[in-house]
Amino acid sequence: MDKVLSNKKIIALYVLPSLLLILAIVYIPIVLTAYYGLNKWNGIGAMTFVGLDNYLALFKDATFWSSAWHSLLLAVFSGMSLLLYLIVAMVLAARIKGAQLFRKIYLIPMLLSSVAIAQLWLKIYHPTNGVLNSMLESLGFANPPAWLAEPSLVLYALFIPILWQYAGFYILIYYAALKNIPASLEEAARIDGANALQIAWRIKLPLVMEVIKVTIVLAVVGSLKYFDLIFVMTDGGPNGASEVMASYMYHEAFRAYDFGYGSAIGFFLLVICLAATWVIRKLTASKDTIQYS
Amino acid sequence: MFKKKGLKLLLASSLVLAAAGCGTNSSESSNNGSKEPAGESSEQITINFMHLWPEGVSAGQNKIVNQIIKAYQDEHKNVTIKQEVLDNEQYKNKLKVLSASNKLPDVGVTWAAGFLQPYVEGKLFTPVDDLLSGELNGKFVSGTTEAYAIDGKTYALPLEFNIAPVYYNKSLFEKYKLEIPQTYEELKAVAKTLSENGIAPIALGNKDRWTGSLWYMYLADRIAGQQTLSSAINGEGAFTDEGLLQAATEVQTLVDSQAFVKGFNGLSNEEAKSEFLNGKAAMYMMGTWELPNFTSNEDIPKEFRDSVGFFKFPKVEGGKGDINSWVGGPGVGLFVSENSAVKAEAKAFVEYFVTQWGEQSVTGAGVIPATKVDTASMELPQLYIDLFNEMNQASSITLFADVQMQASAAETHLNMIQALFGKAVTPEKFSEEHDKAIAAGK
Repeated sequence: MDKVLSNKKIIALYVLPSLLLILAIVYIPIVLTAYYGLNKWNGIGAMTFVGLDNYLALFKDATFWSSAWHSLLLAVFSGMSLLLYLIVAMVLAARIKGAQLFRKIYLIPMLLSSVAIAQLWLKIYHPTNGVLNSMLESLGFANPPAWLAEPSLVLYALFIPILWQYAGFYILIYYAALKNIPASLEEAARIDGANALQIAWRIKLPLVMEVIKVTIVLAVVGSLKYFDLIFVMTDGGPNGASEVMASYMYHEAFRAYDFGYGSAIGFFLLVICLAATWVIRKLTASKDTIQYS
Repeated sequence: MFKKKGLKLLLASSLVLAAAGCGTNSSESSNNGSKEPAGESSEQITINFMHLWPEGVSAGQNKIVNQIIKAYQDEHKNVTIKQEVLDNEQYKNKLKVLSASNKLPDVGVTWAAGFLQPYVEGKLFTPVDDLLSGELNGKFVSGTTEAYAIDGKTYALPLEFNIAPVYYNKSLFEKYKLEIPQTYEELKAVAKTLSENGIAPIALGNKDRWTGSLWYMYLADRIAGQQTLSSAINGEGAFTDEGLLQAATEVQTLVDSQAFVKGFNGLSNEEAKSEFLNGKAAMYMMGTWELPNFTSNEDIPKEFRDSVGFFKFPKVEGGKGDINSWVGGPGVGLFVSENSAVKAEAKAFVEYFVTQWGEQSVTGAGVIPATKVDTASMELPQLYIDLFNEMNQASSITLFADVQMQASAAETHLNMIQALFGKAVTPEKFSEEHDKAIAAGK
């Protein structure tokens, strides 16, 4: 077995199929998308090469910038909610009673498909029959807003189910990381007289830092290209108030038949995601990684 | 040892993959040039047919499609019709994706006018004028095939024809002693009475946007007249016309007077419809494709179905419009793919399908077909007959704006409709954006 794996030709042979696959379904489409962005194309007929027109038009497109702003807001909110998830994970990992049950409760949204979640929250937000407004009315609020029809509220109303949807995922990651910390470290700290808060801050947090960095990247990039729940629940409306970059791309390409422009948005989105990853890496880079010892 | 085994395995798996890849282009050769479509030859032919009547959503239509296909296959033993069924929105997306890779089904469903145009320009649909002069000559309701014609050639055969009345709940109207509004002022008064009594006057799901477009279209038609509206849509006139501006202003007046259900801009058409079906909203404007829900759909309580009536959009005092003028148009039609390997057979199937559809869709699905049908001999719900007669007396029928316009202009129109209803734009801005988009699309 070792002999086989040290043969360079065999290694190449084993790597090749997945390399070809990933080239064909990831990298070639990226190049193609960049190229389509250089064309005026309705997706059906002939393409006309227009150079950088689509990309330049992007910079002047107010709708694009407002959708980019909405995506950024979502990224900020998901980034901040990570702190909440971390706290929950710390509590759950601290061997409290019923931790098992709570972990399952937090995980369940992750098991539902986005469309099911969207349907569920559409029912909650329904302006007259919805659970939320019925509750508000019985609490004495005479005229609760129609959450998904109010341009100033719709975006935040959408953030809640999105953050709820991913809570389980991040809690699980943090939980696993925290469980990996040897119990002896905590015991030693306790003997030295550290309280729970100090243990969390001085010992647990530094030790799961690497994981936190990864989740920040995941959350930010995931938010920037977020699409599904928004598409099903509001379709970017009303009047673009909940449009994000990915939904705007979809609308331009598939509704307005402007695949060239849609592709330009798509490629720009990729560039933004790469840039965001790079920036986060830079910001969180630390020379000395702490390890369990 | 291991090395050899690994290689063999790789070889075997790549062979399997290659074999799987080859399997697809089997029914390649066929009698493409022959004028004799199907029937005699023993050659096996498969016609791929993609449509948008899934069993769950459009049970009536789905049943009819299957009946027609079965009958056709019985008559033509060598033909197999392979169906692919998707729901509306998915269907539209898949059609675009298939077009981009030039892999359209032999026969498929399309919409008219603006929707059709890119496909025709891309030379993806084949003209079907020869079918119009054949067995189907003179069978279509006038004005239906024209919506599918571009530069003198017809690219699809229409199946349905729709107009949009205002449905209303008779028992709610009785309860609050309301009359069918004859004028727009009366309509506003009716809406006022209803909302004072805690009933939402009009169910509107404007998340879908074309739903709000219907209301604007009717106001525009009644105030500025059919001619002004259609010339603005096709770019000869302008949306900044005084009458059209007034129509946009009236939309906002209706919004201000709380004529529509709460949160309409966040509700889908289906959600709004359920408000009407639950008796929580008293009126609902929608195309005649909803008729089966109000006549024969057993899932909806009979008590409710019996209390549904309709009225024509009322006149606006001082307006140029005619009360017998409708907003509507052909629904979907069938196209034959230009690149189909079995074009002749596909055309024969389309001819058969359209002919059969005419009668069966009336009795089976309760939709109004695009072909002329003698309804006198059939036992049909009164609501259906009344609307059918209205359609025959129509003074004009304006095609739905989003169907008529080119895709990008239609997108602007729909966005502006939502903005207008949400009071995010002024009527002036609304009109200017329309003219800009329509001019850019030319």
